[in-house]
Amino acid sequence: MSELLRVDDLKVHFSQRGFSGRKRVIRAVDGVSLSIDTNEALGIIGESGCGKSTTGRAIVHLEDPTEGRISYRGADVTHPDAAARRAFNEKVQFVFQDPMSSLNPRMTVESIIAEPLRAFGAWDRVTGPARVVELLERVGLPAQFASRYPHEFSGGQRQRIGIARALALDPELLVLDEPVSALDVSVQAQVLNLLMDLRRQQGLAYIMISHDLDVIRHVTDRIAVMYLGVVVETGPADEVLDHPLHPYTAALVSATPPSSPDEHRERIRLQGELPSASNPPSGCRFRTRCWRATEVCAEVVPPLEPVGDGRSRACHHPLDLGMPTIRTESAA
Amino acid sequence: MTAAPVLSLEGVTLDLKTGDDYVRILRDVTFDVAAGEIIGIVGESGSGKSMTALSILQLLPPKARLTAARIGFDGADLAGLRPAELRKVRGRRIGMVFQDPMTTLDPVVQVGRQIDEAYRIHHPRAGRAEAREKSLAMLRLVGVPDAQNRAKQYPHQWSGGMRQRAVIAMALVNDPEVILADEPTTALDATIQAQVLDALMRARDELGVAVVLITHDLGVISQVASRVVVMYAGGVVEIAGTRELFADSRHPYSAALIHSRPGAHRRGEPLVAIPGRPPLMSDLPAGCPFAPRCASPYKSERCVTQRPALEPSVDGRLSACHYRDEPQEVIA
Repeated sequence: MSELLRVDDLKVHFSQRGFSGRKRVIRAVDGVSLSIDTNEALGIIGESGCGKSTTGRAIVHLEDPTEGRISYRGADVTHPDAAARRAFNEKVQFVFQDPMSSLNPRMTVESIIAEPLRAFGAWDRVTGPARVVELLERVGLPAQFASRYPHEFSGGQRQRIGIARALALDPELLVLDEPVSALDVSVQAQVLNLLMDLRRQQGLAYIMISHDLDVIRHVTDRIAVMYLGVVVETGPADEVLDHPLHPYTAALVSATPPSSPDEHRERIRLQGELPSASNPPSGCRFRTRCWRATEVCAEVVPPLEPVGDGRSRACHHPLDLGMPTIRTESAA
Repeated sequence: MTAAPVLSLEGVTLDLKTGDDYVRILRDVTFDVAAGEIIGIVGESGSGKSMTALSILQLLPPKARLTAARIGFDGADLAGLRPAELRKVRGRRIGMVFQDPMTTLDPVVQVGRQIDEAYRIHHPRAGRAEAREKSLAMLRLVGVPDAQNRAKQYPHQWSGGMRQRAVIAMALVNDPEVILADEPTTALDATIQAQVLDALMRARDELGVAVVLITHDLGVISQVASRVVVMYAGGVVEIAGTRELFADSRHPYSAALIHSRPGAHRRGEPLVAIPGRPPLMSDLPAGCPFAPRCASPYKSERCVTQRPALEPSVDGRLSACHYRDEPQEVIA
């Protein structure tokens, strides 16, 4: 395994004009560093407004980075010229959350899946249709779907069409933004199984962005937890979710319903609400809601520091490793 | 069940007009709600769970045809009530909470006044002070901090989770016997969802109100509901205590639904995906509606020709499967 993509101190700020006409700067992503290896699956979790989607969109140049550096196989692709961007897009593809709005309703499935091939001059009128059928089959859809239109399909099928399109150019990395959150559970399982298979069979790497801890834990190796524009903790998925070091991770895990009625989590009740990304708290951004916060948290920004075993956390008062998040009750 | 039912549905059947034809949306929906319990209704999109709630209060689209053997509530049959009598039940004795709080809240009226109004409309002789006192008590019960001042704010000044708690307070202000909550936490982040579920549980504990919790999220069900009604294609396929359902489901659909969630598996294991998709309501199979997707080893000719009724198994569990007495193995 070698490093595929690396993000260093990425910042994405948006300017917004309020009612008063005064300009506000929304610091949606404010210093995120990540890396992903070939054939690795990285999850980014966090709640609404934490900047996880903006991070994903900036990686594929759907948002313009304000600061920081994005490199792909060692080459800087932060602000690529047209040629470099084309080369990057061929290798890194994006899958959108909403399969309704990301497929053109007036195009057939074949032309949707063929579009990236056409755009990259890889479309051949003779062999093209067979390539589309091959892609459909890879995502578990029958060949006769090629001539139909998106409205004829269910949400799960549409999402698989979106994934087939993303696979058309044989990418090395997929960035998936909440790919299953619009889907029913039984259908969600079809799409997650597909993603796991693609990784095994094709050596694909992916970054999955989701608010769903169970989904992320199931399909990724490593996760990054985001809060208000920054990464607060990273590490192997099971370790981070079973033994969180950062109080925010612990609170997030504790608020997620366990998978069985026999399990109960010790609930950590967070006080207050998410502060505004235009005016984040000084020091640690989580300190206004953290029950362990002290003076130092208001003054010094905690750096994301490695603590061994592939784990890092950005906290002045991290939790003990031994703290379990789940308690199982013996069934009555 | 020890407590007497406060609400009981018997044979609720609903036809909706689409184009020139009537389509059967609910088929013979039958279940009881006990006083002071939280009962979950789960199912995927289009299974009829929301329509079931709307049928109870007869908040139905025009040209809907509702037939029911009986919707029993406090000795009366809601299905046979005149509109004026029904209005005395709606919002007063049976409250309703929808997914999006902004469909309930008026954006240009102070939150507190809206709750006052919900009280005074059913208590015409109550003064402003009495109504406000009642509203504040409910806001405090559902965990709104600084209720007295917050009540004077407008909905846009409240966060999504706070708004949903205001809607719950509004549903509770007339001391109803039952609250119907349709996906009340689906639009909310995990930490906020947990707070809203706490509010519903506190209402049950302190006011003794029964809650019918409609959700697609089995995790939520597993943590708050004592019993579960599982719906598929407009009919009830299983009714069970939450523990029994998760540990030993008696219907292949419920079993598959429980095992299709990532949380129920070890990381990276294939998930149980239910192949295909739910049938169109206008084109239901003659036999069991789940038969075309069913992976049960017991599936037989009978499943294709004869529709199973919701009946007790040998050990008294309610399931609409011909093979309800066989153990449900889940085929991955």
